[in-house]
Amino acid sequence: MRRTRTVCPFCGCGCSFYLLSEGERVTGIEPSPSNPVNKGMLCVKGWNAHEFIHSPERLTRPLIRKHGELVESTWDEALKVVAEKLLDIKKQFGPRALGFLSSAKVTNEENYLFMKMARAAFGTNNVDHCARL
Amino acid sequence: MVGLAATFGSGAMTNSINDFDDADMFLVIGSNTTSQHPLIGSRIINAVKRGAKLLLIDPREIQLAEFADLHLRQNIGTDVAVLNGIMNIIIEEGLYDKEFVETRTEGFDQLKEIVGKYPPRVVEKISGVKATDLKKAALMYAKAKKAMLAYAMGITQHTTGVDNVKTCANLAMLTGNLGRPSTGVNPLRGQNNVQGACDMGGLPNVYSGYQPVTDAAVKKKFEDAWGVATLDDKVGLTITDMMMAAQKGELKALYVMGENPLMSDPDTSHIEQALSNLDFLVVQDIFLSETAAKADVVLPAASFAEKDGTYTNTERRVQLSGQAVSPPGLARPDWQIICELSTLAGYTMNYKSPADIMKEINALTPSYAGITYERLERGHGLQWPCINEEHPGTPYLHKDKFSKGKGTFMPCEFKPVAEMPDAEYDFMLTTGRIYYHYHTGTMTRRTSILEREAPAALVEINPEDAKKLGIKNNETVELTSRRGSIRLKAELTKRVPQNVIFSTFHFHEAPVNILTNPAYDPIAKIPEYKGCAVKIRRCA
Repeated sequence: MRRTRTVCPFCGCGCSFYLLSEGERVTGIEPSPSNPVNKGMLCVKGWNAHEFIHSPERLTRPLIRKHGELVESTWDEALKVVAEKLLDIKKQFGPRALGFLSSAKVTNEENYLFMKMARAAFGTNNVDHCARL
Repeated sequence: MVGLAATFGSGAMTNSINDFDDADMFLVIGSNTTSQHPLIGSRIINAVKRGAKLLLIDPREIQLAEFADLHLRQNIGTDVAVLNGIMNIIIEEGLYDKEFVETRTEGFDQLKEIVGKYPPRVVEKISGVKATDLKKAALMYAKAKKAMLAYAMGITQHTTGVDNVKTCANLAMLTGNLGRPSTGVNPLRGQNNVQGACDMGGLPNVYSGYQPVTDAAVKKKFEDAWGVATLDDKVGLTITDMMMAAQKGELKALYVMGENPLMSDPDTSHIEQALSNLDFLVVQDIFLSETAAKADVVLPAASFAEKDGTYTNTERRVQLSGQAVSPPGLARPDWQIICELSTLAGYTMNYKSPADIMKEINALTPSYAGITYERLERGHGLQWPCINEEHPGTPYLHKDKFSKGKGTFMPCEFKPVAEMPDAEYDFMLTTGRIYYHYHTGTMTRRTSILEREAPAALVEINPEDAKKLGIKNNETVELTSRRGSIRLKAELTKRVPQNVIFSTFHFHEAPVNILTNPAYDPIAKIPEYKGCAVKIRRCA
């Protein structure tokens, strides 16, 4: 059994808990008693925050739309399509024809890199996320 | 956040979650705290049990109402009038903090002039709050030594959202409830890293740490650090503007990371049109969300349990979260996907780990300069601003002076909800979340216990209204606004006042944002989810 300290993925309280795992399976949750935010407590969403991780509906492969349908693909192909298409649109219509929606769910490091990519790689300030929603 | 930034110079929760334990009094407005921020809700309840006062201002009889010393049930969207009325009484009775107002603030005369127009009788007419109750509320807040004001989306999701926030800030400044422990203006943020997404520059106008893209020195600093010849110095589009630009055909491609605008944005059919109008839509997510199902390319991402990284909570606390298991199948952490894509697009990104990325954030973001992985691993997070590696972090803001020097009173006049009920659309619909589910439901609806407790969308209707319409509990009804219709079951409850109904946006079977009004606050660009006109019909 492994214990890994994480932060709850739901509201903005930022409760801390340990994910209990065996091999590649998360089996349970144990709130951190010494954390100043939740002091060993959790709400019903937090106590169950491990279940959706192993949902059979998780996306496991890149998908590309071909003849109207999303079909399984490889990382090489999918990333190449994205890079080419975005560069192509930038070339034809300018960087302001591109929009980037960042996320209130991913990490700080990922939010930082995402806005850096929008600004440095694609030259646009059209970056936002759903803080307003 | 723009409302607080204008008033104080800094847009974030001024105080800390631990402060809730020591406050004498709470003013909770537009926050269903026990449902949306349960761990903060329980702190408020515990504090009330030990003697702290609770003033609740909310149209609905939410759970906190049971514990409130006074509950003002204002008409939807009349918050500015109610708070102006409270300030009117505090000034009239000479109960404001004269020393704080003189030494720490500016613009008191304008405030006095505007709130002078909101005596209790006028406020009663606008808001439905009795003059005697308003007076009780004013005395309760003014006489508390340490009063914490807390709000959430009930304040911001209005066409007058920025005015609402500024008015909350005015009230706290007027009574000197700032810059001390267990006081302040405390916006409770709804998503686990919404604070971090803002802090990291996931916004059209700023880089990380709210450094403006329009500032020449800032632009130069990022150009040098990132090794690019020139960065755009014009403010970009907000999400609301992007959707409009897509509809007009000006925005051609959209890259969405971990968001579901097709469920979360107002007036869904317009969003659907906007997305279909794009030449290219990329969605990076952990599930095939409603938005991902429309994409040209879908990239499978890792969940929080499958990667390392930091998150910033509502009290500005940056905490480390570790990887417990590997991502399923070929899914990858978002940061790795971004690095590869950026490199393929001709801008090389070489980071070995999230810790490596944080070093760059430390170097370029003054408020995060001292927040290193080494320190985070040792403790329970650090609250920004944390300007160097010796700095202990900041539990409460604006101690001796505001971020911008003096705090500015920004008085506002009352403006009604953009779409008021009329003869045809005769009910006011207000929206929000429930305890068991979260946002668009992609995670919580795949959690068996939560789904068991709340398996279907409900609309709350007052029993008196239901009687008039011949609607019984648990019967299916159709709600129609000028933008569309949905069907869902009725829950007859006095939680909502008459002429108001409430529902949530968790359920794709009855997506309430088909109905909501995309009219938004002119500055913050936040849509008015909290009020629009609908009609109700019983389905045979």
